[in-house]
Amino acid sequence: MAVTDMGRGVADAPPKVALLNNPRVRGAIYQVLLAVVLVYLVYAGIGNMLGNMERAGISTGFGFLDNTAGFAISQSLIDYDQGVSTYGRVFVVGLLNTLIVAVIGIFFATIIGFLVGVARLSNNWIVNRLATAYVEFFRNIPLLLHIFIWYFGVLRLLPQARDSFDFGFLGLLNNRGYFAPKPIWGEGAMLILYALIAAIAIAWGISRWAHKRQMETGQIFPAFWTGLGLIIGLPLLAFLVMGAPLSWDIPVAGGFRPSGGMTVIPEFLALLVALTTYTAAFIAEIVRAGILGVSKGQSEAAHALGLRQGQNLRLVIIPQALRIIIPPLTSQYLNLTKNSSLAVAIAYPDLVSVFQGTTLNQTGLAPQIVAITMLTYLTISLLTSAFMNWYNNRVALVER
Amino acid sequence: MIDRTNVTAPPENTGPATAFVRGEMLAEQPAPITESGPIGWIRTNLFPSVPQAILTLFCLYILYLIVPSIIRFLFVDAVWTGTDRTVCATEVQGGVRAPGWFGACWAYVGTYTNQFIYGRYPDEEQWRVNIAGFLFFGGLIPLLIPSVPFKRENLIFMVLIVPVATLILLTGGNFEVGGMILPLAILTAIALIAVFGFSKGAQSDPIPGLITTAAIFAGIFIVLGVLAVDFGLERVETEDWGGLLVTMVIAVTGIAASLPLGIALALGRRSDLPIVKFVSVVFIEFWRGVPLITVLFMSSVMLPLFLPEGVSFDKLLRALIGVALFSSAYMAEVVRGGLQALPKGQYEGAMALGLNWGQMTRMIILPQALKLVIPGIVNTFIGLFKDTTLVLIIGLFDFLGTIQSSYTDPTWSSPVQSMTGYSFAAIVYFIFCYAMSRYSMFMERQLDTSHRS
Repeated sequence: MAVTDMGRGVADAPPKVALLNNPRVRGAIYQVLLAVVLVYLVYAGIGNMLGNMERAGISTGFGFLDNTAGFAISQSLIDYDQGVSTYGRVFVVGLLNTLIVAVIGIFFATIIGFLVGVARLSNNWIVNRLATAYVEFFRNIPLLLHIFIWYFGVLRLLPQARDSFDFGFLGLLNNRGYFAPKPIWGEGAMLILYALIAAIAIAWGISRWAHKRQMETGQIFPAFWTGLGLIIGLPLLAFLVMGAPLSWDIPVAGGFRPSGGMTVIPEFLALLVALTTYTAAFIAEIVRAGILGVSKGQSEAAHALGLRQGQNLRLVIIPQALRIIIPPLTSQYLNLTKNSSLAVAIAYPDLVSVFQGTTLNQTGLAPQIVAITMLTYLTISLLTSAFMNWYNNRVALVER
Repeated sequence: MIDRTNVTAPPENTGPATAFVRGEMLAEQPAPITESGPIGWIRTNLFPSVPQAILTLFCLYILYLIVPSIIRFLFVDAVWTGTDRTVCATEVQGGVRAPGWFGACWAYVGTYTNQFIYGRYPDEEQWRVNIAGFLFFGGLIPLLIPSVPFKRENLIFMVLIVPVATLILLTGGNFEVGGMILPLAILTAIALIAVFGFSKGAQSDPIPGLITTAAIFAGIFIVLGVLAVDFGLERVETEDWGGLLVTMVIAVTGIAASLPLGIALALGRRSDLPIVKFVSVVFIEFWRGVPLITVLFMSSVMLPLFLPEGVSFDKLLRALIGVALFSSAYMAEVVRGGLQALPKGQYEGAMALGLNWGQMTRMIILPQALKLVIPGIVNTFIGLFKDTTLVLIIGLFDFLGTIQSSYTDPTWSSPVQSMTGYSFAAIVYFIFCYAMSRYSMFMERQLDTSHRS
């Protein structure tokens, strides 16, 4: 007891320290100073903005979203009528156009990126070199230049409508875009969709059951192939049972522009190809680093345990490589989504192009429109990274 | 260990079985021709198995499709000399080339080279750009080579002299700084009083702090004074800048501004002070979450609105501010990576030595962390260099923008013009970015002090 009392006695009489040398007091002073300066800057900025807006006759508020937009949009996933639809609808059209190019771009960029990344690790000299050349070429040239090359360079070299490249059933390609066959679903087509959903659900259930059984009894069930068979087989069965309720509207070459089918505008093609090939180069490097990051001892140990090459890849290498790959892959997906805003340079009607571009020019309401656009991208980014963080935590190594 | 003598002279008593054992070593023979030399190399690297052979043939076919047509476009069919579009157009298009001709029109790039580099910068003033370029690269290259001495002096030259000299050379100097002297004097007084009061309150000697503060402000006054001097240079407005000059100005200013800001943000993000941390996180995540093009739009249409009436910024300066804010967020994340990579013992050791936060950060943490992230900084710079092309969307003429705008010239308009211009741009950007990425890899190897094999 005496010892503790002595200890207290020392602590009770600390050496006299100047108030300003107390880290907590200093910290508080710095923080208050920072807060005051920031609040002043924001206050002054907004004050200036409101004053400037009033002088320039720019209205505040978001009422303009209900006004009619008087311009045409070359690609729209939802109904849009020039002169009838509102600026609010323009925003939605632009956002959907951004999302569709981003989603399709991410899909293809992932595939190409993984292929090229694996090819860069190939022992085959020419495959390896070709993949390296691909990565270096696409990574070291600005994306905007890629877009220009595809749009003003390559796509302009395509033939006129009357001399379209004819891929038969696959449609036509000319300098007005790609004219794809359009599926026309007949009676009972919904059943195919239901069959697909049911197949996915059953396959998921089977894989859960197989995993559980393997954990308990050690018996292996070919859940992957069964699932794949179900997902392909059930919708196919439904398709045949309903009497093949699908026909195609195949575009026909015409003198001025092809008729029928679906039109994929050249701006979309150029943007998609440029985004995909550019991002794929970065994904390839990420994949390569991820696979190299799994130490050789892992696959040696797997072979020693008697796993076959396929099992080794599926159960040992890929899960560990994915752990390294996923965080940078996420930021590449986000980059692709953000880079799709370069669409404005070739007038693909994405969010920036139709909303921050045309709508801003027509209404002049810079603060509101810029704020909405930036917040939209910010929301997309934060949502994606939240989802990927969740996924990353799931696959992350559980450490002791 | 096999004893050689045993092999050559087997023991007597082993019987007739030894008749099958060779009595002497075989002479070494060269490896079979199928395993060594070019044929062996081709076998092991190109055709080790049937699927690999198919892959090899497929790749060769792709190369056959791509490479000859590129070489024909760039070199074989290219036109190197000429004065107008006729040399680069087929007969149908009003030129002299045979039908179906398709090659690069280097003659057009040749006439435009000056514009691609300087934009509309007046011809008789271009020596100023050249001198600025020599100063910059002359200071940069020794800084980049690790073995060159005098790094500190070199850095001071790059940080203090080059920016001021470049600013004066490019714009013409003779700035109106009269309005800034009074506010700056007031700021000096406030800073000196604050430093004095702070040291008194902390019961320490105020003299060193006062001297440092006074020196910083004296430096600012000297710079302002130099900027105000009339060197007799003709004023060149930024609207006349263009081409590679604008690309370099934006990229270099962006990286130079984003480095200190990024370091501050990274330190702020790892700070224990909640408000500082919150502000840093929000700032970083905001700029990283939006595309650069919206940032440029914002800085070109919104920045004027935030300023008091009557104050206006130059268009190039507005783009520079947008680029600097944007890249500082990315730089902050790079620096944070370096801060996190330092072992905790470095922080603990510094604190055990009794260093305060400022001393620890300045003398222990940042020198190590920044060294670790040099490759990351170079990579950010590559990204920024490529992203400068976006300024053409808000109407500035960078390298790509100048090339794009030259297409409107009817003297050279032909179907091959755009492909030629883009090829030229691609080659130039590739050279810059590839060189930088090689440098980044070189530094990575230099800095790799870990003992991984």
